[in-house]
Parts: sequence; C-alpha cells; structure tokens
Amino acid sequence: MDYILDGVKEAIKLLLSFDREMYQIILLSIFVSSTSTVLASIITVPIGIFLGLKSFKGKKLFTRILYTFMSIPSVIVGLIVAIILSRRGPLGFLNLLYTPMAMIIAQTLLVTPLILGLTYNLSKFRGKEIEKLGITLGANRIDILILIIRELKVDILLNVITGFSRAISEIGTVMIVGGNIKGYTRVITTSIAMFNSMGDYSKAIALGIVLLIISFLVNNIIYTYTQEE
Amino acid sequence: MNRKLTILLSIALVLVLLIGCNIQEKNKVNSNTIILATTTSTRDSGLLDYLLPKFEDETGIKVKVIAVGTGKALQMGRDGEADILLVHAKSDEEQFVKEGHGLKRHDVMYNDFVLVGPKDLEVEFMGKSNDIIEAFKTIAKNKYKFISRGDNSGTHKKELKIWREAGIEPEGAWYVSAGRGMGDVLKMADEMRAITLTDRATYLKLRDKINLSILIEKDNRLFNQYGIILVNPNKNDNINLEGAKMFMNWLLSDKTQKLIGEYGKDRFEVPLFIPNGRK
Repeated sequence: MDYILDGVKEAIKLLLSFDREMYQIILLSIFVSSTSTVLASIITVPIGIFLGLKSFKGKKLFTRILYTFMSIPSVIVGLIVAIILSRRGPLGFLNLLYTPMAMIIAQTLLVTPLILGLTYNLSKFRGKEIEKLGITLGANRIDILILIIRELKVDILLNVITGFSRAISEIGTVMIVGGNIKGYTRVITTSIAMFNSMGDYSKAIALGIVLLIISFLVNNIIYTYTQEE
Repeated sequence: MNRKLTILLSIALVLVLLIGCNIQEKNKVNSNTIILATTTSTRDSGLLDYLLPKFEDETGIKVKVIAVGTGKALQMGRDGEADILLVHAKSDEEQFVKEGHGLKRHDVMYNDFVLVGPKDLEVEFMGKSNDIIEAFKTIAKNKYKFISRGDNSGTHKKELKIWREAGIEPEGAWYVSAGRGMGDVLKMADEMRAITLTDRATYLKLRDKINLSILIEKDNRLFNQYGIILVNPNKNDNINLEGAKMFMNWLLSDKTQKLIGEYGKDRFEVPLFIPNGRK
C-alpha cells in the first residue's frame, strides 16, 4: 500500500518542480486536442445548423446514423487513420504517421461527428424559432446562420467543449497514429499507459492528476453556463 | 416511458455489477488460475498461445497472461500481483531472488537479439563482421534513425547496455524513444525506415509484414536468456504457489522443453526459442 502514497507524494513533487518532460507532455496534449476541436468546430457548426433547419428526404435515417457516429470508438478512428497514413496507404507519401499532425487529423475526425450531432440536435429543436424570426425581418440564408450562431452561442460553445473533453481524454487514436514517441508525440493518456507498463507509478499518477484537473475545469465551465441558462 | 427506461437501465447495471463481482469472487477463491507476468516478446511471438492450452488441458489450471516489459513484470512480482514470472534480464532476476521477492529462478530457454533496419543499409553494415558495438557506433556517427523500446523492458535494457559499452550517450533527433512493445516498435521502424534492436522471435513472426532486414546477428553479446521465477508467497494470501510450481515444473519438463524447441520450425525453418531449462 505504501507505494500508492509514495506515488502521490512523488507525483505532486514532480508537478511542482516543473519537470520539463511532464510539461511537454501536458502542453502537447492540450495543443493537439484544442487544435482538433477548433478545426472540427469550424467545419461542423455551420453544417450542423444548416442540416438541422433543412427538411430533406431520409432525415430520420440520417439522424440515426449521425447519432451512432457520435460515439464511434476512438480505436476505430485511429485504425482507419493509421491505415490511410501508413507508408503503404493511399496517403503514405505525406510521411505523416507518428507525427503530431497525424494525431490532430485523427482527433479531428473523432470529434467531428460528436460536435456535428450536438449542433444538429440543437438547431433542430431551437433553430426553427430563430429562423422564423429572421425571415420576418427579411434576412437571407447567411444572415439566418449568423443570427442562430449569435442566439445559441452559449450552447454551441458547450458542444465544442464537450468535443474537447472527449479529445483530451481518449487514448485510442493518439496511441495508434502518434506512436508515443518521447519528446515528440507523447500526450497525457499515452504516457499514463506507458508509465504504468514501466511500473513508474509516480509519473503516471502525476499525469493522472493533471488530466483530472483539466476535466474538472472543463466540466466546471459547462456547469456554470448551464446554471445561468 | 422515460421512468420505465431508467428503471430498466438501473436493473441492467446492477446485474452487470453483480456478475462482475461474481467473476471477481471466483478469481479470488479459485485455486485453478495463476497469473503469469511476462514480456511482450513471449506474447507477440505466439509462444504462449501455443504452450498454454496444452498446460491447461493437462492440469486444468488456467494461466492468465499479463504481457508487459521485464521491468514492470519484476515490479508486479515485488508487489505480489503475479504468481510467476517469465522474463529476460538475468542479473535483475538474480537480484530479485536475492532480495527475497522470489523463491527460485530457473533458466527456461534462450533466443537472441538481432539488429534490423531498412534493406538499403545492409551494405553499410556488411563489413562489420557482426560486431554490434561497431554497428552502434556507425549508427550514432551517421545519425541513422534508431528506434528504442524505451520502456524498461529486457530488450531496452540490453540496448542501453550496448550503448554504454560503445561509450555513446544516445540522444538527438535520430534517436527515437517509443515506450511501446516489440511488435509496435518493429512496425514503427518499418514505417520510419529506421533501425531497431529486436528479439529474433518477434522479428520472424512479423517478417512478412514489414520491410526490414537483419543487419547484425550472432554476436555473443546478443544472447538473450529467459528465466522463470516463483514469486515469494509471503506477499499476500492470493498468491497461488501450488499452481505456479506446477507450471514451472511443467515448463522445465523434457516434454515441454521439446515443444519449445519445435515452436516456429514449420514456419520459419528455425525454432524461435532454444530450450535450455533444467529442473
């Protein structure tokens, strides 16, 4: 039992001593996941709102498929991206496998359906009202889109944050496409798995604490906003 | 509707938990399982998948394999998380027994390490008369990309020992530390056109899937001995010494030793492991 307490003590020491390796890992995690989330949001928020407003054939089926993809297992996304980016794959010439760039691509693909689904849902249920209002004021399509984003900005932000928390806490894609290379593609989750398999508990616990803090902060933001609603 | 659903889900959850606890309980009292902590190479080479069903058929004892690096396997032994260890870092293993964590250590089998890398580098290493130290010096001098396991495994320890003997501190952009198992590292070396040190068994197993050739082999320094260690049962009440003893004796028996010597012959023309265990 002692080793758990020692591990926690050591972990806190490590974090307070601003160990360079640790902070590199933490910063890369935040960088990769936030970049992916921003990229995914730029693409999906307008599309999600547009699809939510529009009625088209097969909308029910589309909704079902989209909701399924929202919870796509991260290892599957990782596997697909790894196969495409590997030297024998269709995009092998880019030499992207085992780079931070590959991790960003994979995580973007991972959170895209999630943010798309959430935004689509939001616009389906709350966008109609705003659309009507916009039309009576004589707005065109683009104006309506901007109006909806303005009106629902808090909810959209919450969806984006949900995407981020999914990205930062997953290990499936980053382990497969990043390869956990020291000082280059090591993020919090892959490092925890590795330090555990090396029996280096204090470092694993230190990173675990950081990941918990990040999750806590993120959830705190969500909670505060939903309270205000 | 919603309430019904909630109730249903709750019931399902409770059931799952109960079943889970049940399985847990079973494991605790079941003297018919042992936990074997071993290296990724014994798993990735397929040896255990070939041996363990035979042992289970003969004795009815189920072997749960936790494949980690040698460093972690020894740590698991120290923590009393495993009943028996099959690892490859002889000096560390002897130390482990000396400190009282293990009861007995026996040699089981050996294989060897090989240095593998992209085909076009073969020429570069041909004149090295299979001297691994010289080869490592060449790698550092020319800054060829080298992937290290970097996970405290037996292979990683071996690699670090060779760097020390060569008097080189490996660092720089050419030295990639992966922190992953042998199979993963070989795939990475293949993708990145890099050199790596691997045990022959895992390499042979993956040979058809990757584009790497052997650059250096058969240097005496590349000998790789596997040992089996009984974990000292005084660590906690859950350690299954009886089962572990049975497994050890079975592994060292003439019949099993012969099985080990045959594994891989049909597919690779050479056995992956050469048995040298004695009771």
